[in-house]
Amino acid sequence: MLESYIHDRRKEKEILLMTHIVMGYPSFEASMEIVAAMVDAGVDLMELQIPFSEPIADGPVILAANQQALERGATVDRCMAFAREAAARFEIPFLFMTYYNILYRFGVEAFTQAMAEHRIRGAIVPDLPPEEGGEYMADMAARQLDPIYIYAPTTPEARMKRIADVGRGFIYCVARKGVTGAETDFSSELTDYLDRCRRATRLPLAVGFGVKRREDVDFLKGKADIAVVGSQTIRLMDREGPGAVGDFVRSLR
Amino acid sequence: MDNRGYYHQFGGAYLPEILVATFDELDETFREAKNDPAFWQAYEALMASYSCRPTPLTYCENLTRHFGGAKIYIKREDLNHTGAHKANNVMGQGLLVRRMGKRRVIAETGAGQHGVATATMAAKFGFECTIYMGEVDVERQRPNVFWMERLGATVHPVTDGTRILKDAINEAFRDWVSNMDTTHYVLGTACGPHPFPEMVTYFQSIIGKEARAQILAAEGRLPSRIYACVGGGSNAMGIFSGFMEDPVELVGVEAGGRGLDSGQHASRLCSQDASIGVAQGYRTYFLQDADGQMQETHSIAAGLDYVGVSPILSDLKETGRARFAAATDQEVVAALSLTIRKEGVIPALESAHAFVQAFKEAPGLSPEESIIINQSGRGDKDIFTVADAFDDPRWKAFIIRKAEQYHA
Ligand SMILES: Cc1ncc(COP(=O)(O)O)c(C=O)c1O
Repeated sequence: MLESYIHDRRKEKEILLMTHIVMGYPSFEASMEIVAAMVDAGVDLMELQIPFSEPIADGPVILAANQQALERGATVDRCMAFAREAAARFEIPFLFMTYYNILYRFGVEAFTQAMAEHRIRGAIVPDLPPEEGGEYMADMAARQLDPIYIYAPTTPEARMKRIADVGRGFIYCVARKGVTGAETDFSSELTDYLDRCRRATRLPLAVGFGVKRREDVDFLKGKADIAVVGSQTIRLMDREGPGAVGDFVRSLR
Repeated sequence: MDNRGYYHQFGGAYLPEILVATFDELDETFREAKNDPAFWQAYEALMASYSCRPTPLTYCENLTRHFGGAKIYIKREDLNHTGAHKANNVMGQGLLVRRMGKRRVIAETGAGQHGVATATMAAKFGFECTIYMGEVDVERQRPNVFWMERLGATVHPVTDGTRILKDAINEAFRDWVSNMDTTHYVLGTACGPHPFPEMVTYFQSIIGKEARAQILAAEGRLPSRIYACVGGGSNAMGIFSGFMEDPVELVGVEAGGRGLDSGQHASRLCSQDASIGVAQGYRTYFLQDADGQMQETHSIAAGLDYVGVSPILSDLKETGRARFAAATDQEVVAALSLTIRKEGVIPALESAHAFVQAFKEAPGLSPEESIIINQSGRGDKDIFTVADAFDDPRWKAFIIRKAEQYHA
């Protein structure tokens, strides 16, 4: 499972990198090229986002990528096929990131079954809090898949503990209020928050939202296990094309 | 949050983690207010002095004669300050914002009625105000944009997605996740995550409470049927909730747009195109494709042009307690026209949907029976859309002259 993979990797690296793509943006061919470049540049885990028409937790960059992927004909079936191919070709663990309606319409059990068959190891579903996720958690557990839960700076300590009890793999710590893509202040306030996260769970911690340069990743060393880079690679790709992604990822660590 | 606001399988609170604490606070504040008898009194007093409540129940003698069946009454929510039932919800939430000590309010709006009502409340209570409105709706409801800006609100046109109501809701949520410490999101209808459906219904229930007492005073007996248009469902829930325990038929009317077979409508409760899903924080019927992607909707009435619907109404449909119908754009313009000429009242395009279904059914009822139509708002805001629907040549000439003056 993901937790032991992360612990093993952490013996060799001070911090791991998780990157993110929106499948089908700008096209499925380019998406596969980007995955290859990211793996080649040494990322440790990857989030594959299945686009959704109402990505309520995402900021303008990822929102636009979701919309354009859908306009260009991305379907859930096509994303499943893509994920299967990526997981078969590359060694690192892949996770799905998407919104609950995608699972709900697919059928939660069928969705987790497809994940297991395609060797997708976990899922991040930001609009499915543990209180609403009974069926999902059971179906994930039955297939040894990891439901990744989220901490936010607004999460009270008691709730952090409850989330830790149901989370598997690692906890995704949202670095600040707001949506994906905006500027994060890597400051003592963030350190205090990550301390609180650390005390609440023994699961590895991933930190995302606003991580975009080497200094940000350096800041997180010793405070978290995984740095998550999302919007920044999409921005870079929009500007310079998929070819620029590999060098960028290499520059982060 | 322990009570997660389920109405059988509908509702819930599908929240990103960042908002959970904010919803806990809102839920707690709402519960306290609801359990405090002085709160409802203060609310009624505010609505009486600021928004003409109780609004009248008007007997429509001419329409009744015209259709020759049940006596037709209309509940006059158009006479609220700002011209729609939206004021009921907004002033109530404004009182909660004060209790929470927040200083800024945000809202989505479709027709602009909820935006204007929120901007009015913000002006009165001294809150900062930002309104999110789809670009398409900014175009079709320009007079309301003008008034929101005069009232001191910032109107933010939303250019993502289908550029209508649902996209405005998404943007409002994106603002809220960044600014929840200072900001309350005044959701405009009985949709969204718990406690919004319950809370908005609670404030709108003032319509049904009044209407029940008024019809009993006028007729000495309950009405046979109640008709209300259904966008998100707040005016319908408001009037229905007064008659929930009575032997009264509740009829919700959705936007049939260009017809239920056309794919261009906003009918979630009586078309084959809708199915159960989870979006915008709650579970209900949505107009979505097989993958769960939300579809484009269409209605002549911006306030009904929405992909989801109140989870409480989905439940009333499932349990059979309410019945739902759809009215097409064309039928709506005809009913509007007739009502204006016969009774001298101008319903909003949204409200006119309820009139369509009532007019279809009234002749089949006996003259001893009565029905109530909820006139959720007034039609002044629709002047551009209605003028186009009637293809009014003098209006067009006026607009052309006006535009020339601006060019000069
Ligand atoms: C006059 C009027 N009626 C009805 C509606 C539909 O909303 P709801 O279904 O919440 O009453 C609107 C929404 O903007 C409106 O402005």
